[in-house]
Amino acid sequence: MRLPVLLTTALSAAFLVASPVLLPTSAVAQEGKTFRYAYRVDPASLDPHALAETFTLSWLGQIYEPLVGRGKNLELVPALATKWEQPEPDVWRFHLREGVKFADGTPLTADDVIFSLQRVKKDGSDMAYTVASVTDIKKVDDHTVDLVMAKPNPILPVQITSTYIMSKDWAEKNGATAPASVKAKVENFASTNANGTGPFMIASRQAGVKTELVPNPNWWGEKSSNVSKVVFTPIQSDATRVAALLSGEVDMVYPVPQQDVARIEGNDGTKVIKGSELRTMMLAMDQHRDELQNSDAKGKNPLKDKRVRQAIYQAIDMNAIRDRIMGGTSHIAGTMIAPGINGYDPKLDDRAAPYDPEASKKLLAEAGYPDGFTFTMDCSNDRYVNDERICQAIVGMLGRVGLKVTLNAQTRSKFFEKVLSRDTSFAMIGWQPLSYDAHSTLQDTMNTPVEKVGTYNIGNYSNPKVDELTRKIEVEVDPAKRNAMIFEAMMLDKADYGHIPVHQAGLAWGVRKGVNVVQRSDDSLELKWVSVD
Amino acid sequence: MSFVLGRLGQTVLVLLVAAFVSFSLFRYVGDPVNNMVGQSASLADREAMRAALGLDDAFILQFARFVGNALTGDFGMSYRFGQPVATLIAERFPATLELALISMLIATGLGVPLGVWTALNRDHWLSQVLLAASLIGVALPTFLIGIALILFFSVWLGWLPSFGRGEVVRIGGWTTGLLTVGGLRALVLPSITLGVFQLALILRLARAEMLEVMRADFIRFARARGLKPRAIQYRHALRNTLVPVVTMIGLQFGNVFAFSIIVETVFQWPGLGLLVIQAIQFADVPLLAAYLVLIALCFAVINLAVDLAYVAIDPRVRSGGGVRRTA
Repeated sequence: MRLPVLLTTALSAAFLVASPVLLPTSAVAQEGKTFRYAYRVDPASLDPHALAETFTLSWLGQIYEPLVGRGKNLELVPALATKWEQPEPDVWRFHLREGVKFADGTPLTADDVIFSLQRVKKDGSDMAYTVASVTDIKKVDDHTVDLVMAKPNPILPVQITSTYIMSKDWAEKNGATAPASVKAKVENFASTNANGTGPFMIASRQAGVKTELVPNPNWWGEKSSNVSKVVFTPIQSDATRVAALLSGEVDMVYPVPQQDVARIEGNDGTKVIKGSELRTMMLAMDQHRDELQNSDAKGKNPLKDKRVRQAIYQAIDMNAIRDRIMGGTSHIAGTMIAPGINGYDPKLDDRAAPYDPEASKKLLAEAGYPDGFTFTMDCSNDRYVNDERICQAIVGMLGRVGLKVTLNAQTRSKFFEKVLSRDTSFAMIGWQPLSYDAHSTLQDTMNTPVEKVGTYNIGNYSNPKVDELTRKIEVEVDPAKRNAMIFEAMMLDKADYGHIPVHQAGLAWGVRKGVNVVQRSDDSLELKWVSVD
Repeated sequence: MSFVLGRLGQTVLVLLVAAFVSFSLFRYVGDPVNNMVGQSASLADREAMRAALGLDDAFILQFARFVGNALTGDFGMSYRFGQPVATLIAERFPATLELALISMLIATGLGVPLGVWTALNRDHWLSQVLLAASLIGVALPTFLIGIALILFFSVWLGWLPSFGRGEVVRIGGWTTGLLTVGGLRALVLPSITLGVFQLALILRLARAEMLEVMRADFIRFARARGLKPRAIQYRHALRNTLVPVVTMIGLQFGNVFAFSIIVETVFQWPGLGLLVIQAIQFADVPLLAAYLVLIALCFAVINLAVDLAYVAIDPRVRSGGGVRRTA
């Protein structure tokens, strides 16, 4: 045994494998450009109706298309429908685009649309809410479809921008006429295969590892991308994702964690594109129980007192959270909806009251709690940007006005289990309306919880006037009147201190220079707008 | 033969206990339903989903159902992927096994010879350097080594890929990265990262055992008989050194295989570790249950293999009686 010999052999073997000179890297793209990008996770399923989750839907939107799409500024644009109108208040008529073909070559007809929308309504579909108002689907002719509702639904077109259309023939041939359902223990051809009308189609895919996409030759749209091959990889670890961009192994990564923004910007050849999320972070306060949980305020619930809620509001220094935790990139929220959401008005976004700990203490004293009281704050630690750190800061700030808060930060599955069962006094959650319309925020996070509404109103905030406005907004056809009612409802919540809006976190995409992408504020990367120099 | 049969009986028992323990922990991983439905699902929808999945049933009932199905080879559907758990695990298994094998090969191939060499050449300056380096190997956390390697070899030098498995070749149901240049290049950093700790451990153990054996009486007698130093060192001493080292390598292989989670996360290595970390975050109970049982099975098999290896190395074991366990 000669050690030096052994070492030399081992080392030279290692270098043989490592050296780029001896063994060149794998083939470079032949014609057209290759675009390689990485996101934090993989789409949960290829079945377009299986899971209503933002990233999965955004990703599938490259392969499948809705009737009505979204443009670069989230405005409604024609997709598979070229025109839509309301011949009667409770009917929406969609005129389908002529000459559209699926990736497998079959033409798109009204039958495909009817089949898809019926599939969306089936048990196991997670997208059913998008067409919940639709009671009947009628074929007018091969390229015209009527969606009939029990009562007028003015926002149907904005609700269905992620409701994708599948091919009836393809689904029937492959036994995929119902959405994949773990509940029913059905595996589904459509959850591992896809056949859409969109600009790209799947060339190969290994779930959770790598997916290759190529342009769909049958796509109807105008080709503005020069990309001939797309390689998508999920990279879970933040550090590895950033390293993959810096080392030039991928052309784009998102999301970029706040602490790495400067590093990517400082590196030659990479840049960061910034924006604001559409998700509004908010604090929910228990306004339902007669006795606050885990509190020394026995026999009563101080959070039912508006003065106490205002005291909490004024005790939190939102500027400090933005500057110290969010790296200055977040947008401080004065209302429950973000800029870019239908119904947003800059006047809503003014804070209800300024940061003022002295005023807080005075309010607490007035309400009968000069020495404060104790309670628990629930928080996730892996769901939202910097969630745990924000909660820690809030707990500290509340401590300064005498509110002794215990933080309970947990992983998302534990957190949601707890707060959705209303086992909480004070919690931070986020809400992004999937329809990009304020109605979703009102219905799901502000309406008094009953049956199917108010699911995420975890503090059980209840104002009958807000509930009434929410019902009216649902059916109001005139956009001006509708927006006025949204404004009124949001102002009511603000005056009640029903929720405490926190902010919209910053969006950051890391991109190699020479790669052009369009950052939409819903954090969706549209491959059709990508070009590589 | 009866020895092997006895061990197999024990293995079944171990698997049952492992399944039972892991099942009793699942109630603490959180609510999978929330991850399975979109934000639009109402509380009633969630309840219905929970009931359909049998999550409301008594613990014993859930456990019995799992064991019953597992006996027929059905591990259920993954909550997250909507595919059979067995398929998912079979798909990810090769990546983890290859990574574990290569890193143990590096660790053993370097660790044993270096350990023996440093024991025999205690005063050589290289021995001191190797020992100091091995201390660092034991002390540094794996993720730090991984990130440092990525920074150095991928970001600065641009020599090796920072993530993924490179190109793989499919042979039947097996995927291998060992046959392509891209696959081999992708293996370098993760297998070194995973192997560093094991290398240091094996080196130090081999060295300690060798020193111990060299002081033993039979070595002194061998010397007195005038045997050549090389024959003493390699025929007599090394053989006796190997028993505990083999035990250690066996058990460490189990560890490397089962707990490559960190390395797989850092390098986005598409193996079981990555699958399982996502399953934990998602509370994907069927996947977790199957994974834990599989890991228990691996440990049981490795233990059996280690016991058999003793028989080959140590003649004393062959003569019946109990098996000497050192770890």
